[in-house]
Amino acid sequence: MMSPTQWDLPPELCCRPMAFVALTGLDVTYNAIHRAIWDAFCANRRADRVPISFKVLPGDHEYPKCRTKRTSYEWYIPKGILKTGWMNKHLNLVPALLVLFYELDWDDAVWKEKQSECATKVEIVRTSLQGRNTKVAVVLIQKKTPLPPGEDLVASERAASLCNACDLSGKSLFVLPHTDHLVGYIIRLENAFYEHAQTYYYTEIRRVKSHKEFLNKTTHQLLFVRHQFKIAFFSELKQDTQNSLKYYRTAYSLVHELRTHETNMLEIKTMAGFINYKICRLCFQHNTPLDAIAQFRKHIDLCKKKIGSAELAFEHTAWMSKQFQSFGDLFDEAIKLGLTAIQTQNPGFYYQQAAYYAQERKQQATHLCAHEASVSYPTPDHLETPSGALDFYGQRAWRQGHQSIDPPHMEKEKGGILALQMKEKDVPHSELIIALLSNAVAQFKKYKCPRMKSHLMVQMGEEYNHAKDYTKALKLLDYVMCDYRTERWWSLLTSILSTALRCSYLMAHVKDYITYSMELVGRASTLREEQKSRIEKNLIKVLMNEVPEAEPDCDQASAKAAQALWSDRMSLAGSNEFTIEVQDYVPFVQCKAKFLSPSFHVDDPVQLHVYLRADCPHPVRFSKLCVSLSNQEYNQLCVVEEPCKSQDILEASSQENMCLVPGKTRIYSFKFVAKTEDVGKKIEITAVDLMLGSDNGRCVFLNWRGGGGDAASSHEALLAARSFKSRGRVPEQHVEWDTVSIQASTMIISRIPKISVQLSHEPPALNNEMYRITVSIQSNEETVTKDVKLTAGLKPGQDANLTQSTHVTLNGLEMCDESHPALLPDIAIGDLQPGEKVEKYLYVRCVTTGARIFLFHVAYALSTKVEGKDITCKCHKDEIVTIETVVPFEVAVKFVSTKFEHLDRVYVDIPFLLMTDILSASPWPLRLVTSQLQLAPTMAAMDQPQSQVEQVVLQTGECASECFSLQCPPVLNGMSSVASGQYLISWKRKSWSADAPVVTTVATLPHVMVETIPLYVHAELPSFGRVRESMPVRYHIQNRTGLVQDVEMSVEPSDAFMFSGLKQVRLRILPGAEQEMLYNFYPLMAGYQNLPQLNIGLLRFPAVSGQLLRRFLPSRIFVKPQGRQADDASIAAA
Amino acid sequence: MAVCIAVIAKENYPLYIRSVPVQNELKFHYTVHTSLDVVEEKISAVGKAMADQRELYLGLLYPTEDYKVYPHMIRILYYTCLHVFYQIENILLYRHTRYGYVTNSKVKFVIVVDSSNTSLRDNEIRSVSQLLNLYGSLKGFQGI
Repeated sequence: MMSPTQWDLPPELCCRPMAFVALTGLDVTYNAIHRAIWDAFCANRRADRVPISFKVLPGDHEYPKCRTKRTSYEWYIPKGILKTGWMNKHLNLVPALLVLFYELDWDDAVWKEKQSECATKVEIVRTSLQGRNTKVAVVLIQKKTPLPPGEDLVASERAASLCNACDLSGKSLFVLPHTDHLVGYIIRLENAFYEHAQTYYYTEIRRVKSHKEFLNKTTHQLLFVRHQFKIAFFSELKQDTQNSLKYYRTAYSLVHELRTHETNMLEIKTMAGFINYKICRLCFQHNTPLDAIAQFRKHIDLCKKKIGSAELAFEHTAWMSKQFQSFGDLFDEAIKLGLTAIQTQNPGFYYQQAAYYAQERKQQATHLCAHEASVSYPTPDHLETPSGALDFYGQRAWRQGHQSIDPPHMEKEKGGILALQMKEKDVPHSELIIALLSNAVAQFKKYKCPRMKSHLMVQMGEEYNHAKDYTKALKLLDYVMCDYRTERWWSLLTSILSTALRCSYLMAHVKDYITYSMELVGRASTLREEQKSRIEKNLIKVLMNEVPEAEPDCDQASAKAAQALWSDRMSLAGSNEFTIEVQDYVPFVQCKAKFLSPSFHVDDPVQLHVYLRADCPHPVRFSKLCVSLSNQEYNQLCVVEEPCKSQDILEASSQENMCLVPGKTRIYSFKFVAKTEDVGKKIEITAVDLMLGSDNGRCVFLNWRGGGGDAASSHEALLAARSFKSRGRVPEQHVEWDTVSIQASTMIISRIPKISVQLSHEPPALNNEMYRITVSIQSNEETVTKDVKLTAGLKPGQDANLTQSTHVTLNGLEMCDESHPALLPDIAIGDLQPGEKVEKYLYVRCVTTGARIFLFHVAYALSTKVEGKDITCKCHKDEIVTIETVVPFEVAVKFVSTKFEHLDRVYVDIPFLLMTDILSASPWPLRLVTSQLQLAPTMAAMDQPQSQVEQVVLQTGECASECFSLQCPPVLNGMSSVASGQYLISWKRKSWSADAPVVTTVATLPHVMVETIPLYVHAELPSFGRVRESMPVRYHIQNRTGLVQDVEMSVEPSDAFMFSGLKQVRLRILPGAEQEMLYNFYPLMAGYQNLPQLNIGLLRFPAVSGQLLRRFLPSRIFVKPQGRQADDASIAAA
Repeated sequence: MAVCIAVIAKENYPLYIRSVPVQNELKFHYTVHTSLDVVEEKISAVGKAMADQRELYLGLLYPTEDYKVYPHMIRILYYTCLHVFYQIENILLYRHTRYGYVTNSKVKFVIVVDSSNTSLRDNEIRSVSQLLNLYGSLKGFQGI
């Protein structure tokens, strides 16, 4: 009987051949020891154990009979290449070695009897294996551990006698002590068995080889192949894979040398396939995958044209498919064992080819097996054989063993072919194809071939379509469609869509049908115009709730069933509204929506254009277009609607507003007034919906998310942008579709204010002054501006310290302080009539210097009419100004002696001078209102100090100075640093009015060192002298200590004077007393002359030198020349 | 000689694709499309080194592809182009596509060659003039 899997390779071919060793004399069911021995042989065999397949057989088991050996091949004509049972026979039936297990100890009491029983058993198995070269071995199961060899004399003697009795060589007798180390003994045993088996297979190979000399090339061609195959197979059993591969290769070339004709083609291919499988398998095993691939290619090249009987062509493709599949399996298995595959060479390709041949097989089967219904399966069944199986691989059941060119019996031949064709009809082809494709898909996914994977999935989808499993077909096709769409392979997309359309038609899936149709009639479709036209007409029928015409290439029965389904759909009410999100497709209507501007003022109407264009062959009528916006309140304003009758759909007039003419761009404009609460917000187009069909038929909403566009439009826009660089401009009135860009959002911004805000001021601001900024607000509106409000002051968002050091007020009459804010919000100004102007003064006091930004924000409300609608707009205008703050003047202070000499320290009770300089740094003239000295208690004025700079005006760079005579009261511990006090300057800008507040700037006077001196001296002398005229000079020496002071005084001689008085004297001055010394100086020369130097020394205070004291005394005097009296006055004036 | 020739854009969509004979166009389109898997892989593997080369022959693709309708094998060859191929690009693009924009990188040529044609060796197809000849042979068939 032919099985549906007749093309599958037999399992005995695909397994790894292992030496077959039969074990007898073991009772594994009832004898625990035997069971343990058997388990040690076969349980948990690891890879490092020798490759043997063990079987326990009864002692009297019958082995396949050995046919009498042929002595001559002279008259022998072979009936086929390889018998179907041969491989199995040598794998599982004929052992290489037969092992007899027998329980016998060397010191057994009844040794003689046992020995002869054993010999009998050996004899029995020998008889049953008569004619075979199978070796026989005996294993004695013993209870005692044997002594080392040579020590047990009884043992060696009895062993020799047993060998003799059983006709065994010493190498074939083994002892298995049944002790603790069973597994170890077993491993040693099986290694010995393995050697015996190797010898057996070696002799078998020799035996087969020896036949060769008897063969001749004319009649025994088949035997050449058979023998090589057998040698190779025995080599494999011997685990000699290198030689095995060599013999298989020879066998392979021999099989192709056979004369081929239609009757033996299948046999030759079958054997070629077997041998090829073995070769490839061994190559992968030897880790030479390239050899395997090369062999497989050669095999395919040699065999693909060996089709055989044309009536059974499907057999060839089935066989080819199997070849690829099994190679794919081998490849995949090798990968699992560690082989690395690459993108261009992986099992996927072989599965793909297998699938391809399976598809071919299916086609041929449909073609060749399309019998009339009256043809029935032939009786008798020519595929039946007496044994139920074939004798030789690849032969026909009805002419087994027949090797001549022509079939022996034409009737039988016809019947057999018919039977095969009838059987082929029942093969689930699609299932096979899909399984192979899905194998390939898995491989290509693994080896980074996404496109190949998609392609195979398309094929799977198509196969499901053939198998009438449309749901699965659509699932697969839908899955890959978007890949082709994004890669822009329109020809391929079109083909997939066409299949999908057919599936959806046959299932009467309305929504899918519409979706696929709308893409197939669109611009991405590469269908011819007439096909598009047909699909569009069907689409219109569906919209009118009618049954569309069948898709081409649908078989009649399916089309009929589909018609019935569509009719059912028609009668179903309520489910006739469909929304299709077209964003991710390339639909036949293109849509782009744009706001005409990225922003609109609230008093301007928002304008929106929707561009529509149809790419289908016939005009399309739609009944509604609506735009959805982020604020849904506007949606009702963006709708075009015109319900159409069925008639209109059918014959769309191109004149109509609601009709899209192919290739022409239609523009729909919408205008609406934005709500005032949307000012500052974004309005977005969330969707555009186009309704096709009518409420009473079916209606379909094409829905674009956002502002339109589809899967292809962004790329088209890019191309258009590129090409327009080289192309010229297009005429204005003609809308070039590609140049329309989507603008899906717009901002609503406030109305442009018609109000002027002007600032006038005199920068820079002076530190601490009340800086005045005049804000003039003038309305240029045509109606009354209501509720005008001014927000003025420091612009928020600057350095936080500025907020602390800036104060603003509207009251300019008094200084502001920390309690005043930096920003005055919402100063109410009231309503302004058109043209009316108001002015506001803002006073700013900046406590620190530096730049500041000031904001003047004028807000107001206004009623206006937009598109006949009254709205109240809020408008505002901002003015911003940066103002620098500088110091008005610099104040410098210094201490000098009464001689205007610089002092680094002052002396108690001795007068000195404080000099102040005010240097104007202001670009504007300053008026110094007054100044005031606030002395510290440690400082006293010599008189009532009065401001000497009152009402002085300083220009830029000018300086005003004052001088005050001061003196310090005594201090503790002789010397310390004391505070001087403060200097207050009151000022304002010259330009300011009298009632403007005066700014008082405080300058802190520096500390000064005060020192007490023990002795003070001062001189009393005229303001000038005259040559040769005596001049009295009086020196007063005061003792400032509480002690009596001894003072040494001397006057040094001088060239310019003669003098009278005590030249050198020693005095004693009482505490607090004053000593007066009188001298008469007689000048000798005119001009400035140095006075004779007075030296004073204190005996108690040597540190107080004459030098220090000399500071209090004048050092020189002007001496007038002696002469005419008349000149006196002029000199005195000088 | 050549049975199908395709010019593929940087983004992997066909700029131009023609095959002989026409009735099996779709299969060739699939062939060219699936070959892009390997092209992509090769380009990314070669990486930047490619940019310096003048000639960018990437080699033979799927040499064992066995063709269904035709009992012969088909070889697929591909190039990526640089300025060397301007000439051909110009012929192809300006005549047959709507947009005349030409990129000078990552545009690919995929050529499917009848593999029964043994006169055409791999190293011959490397040269530009050979490519032009191939194009010429196709042109003859198509009357382009």
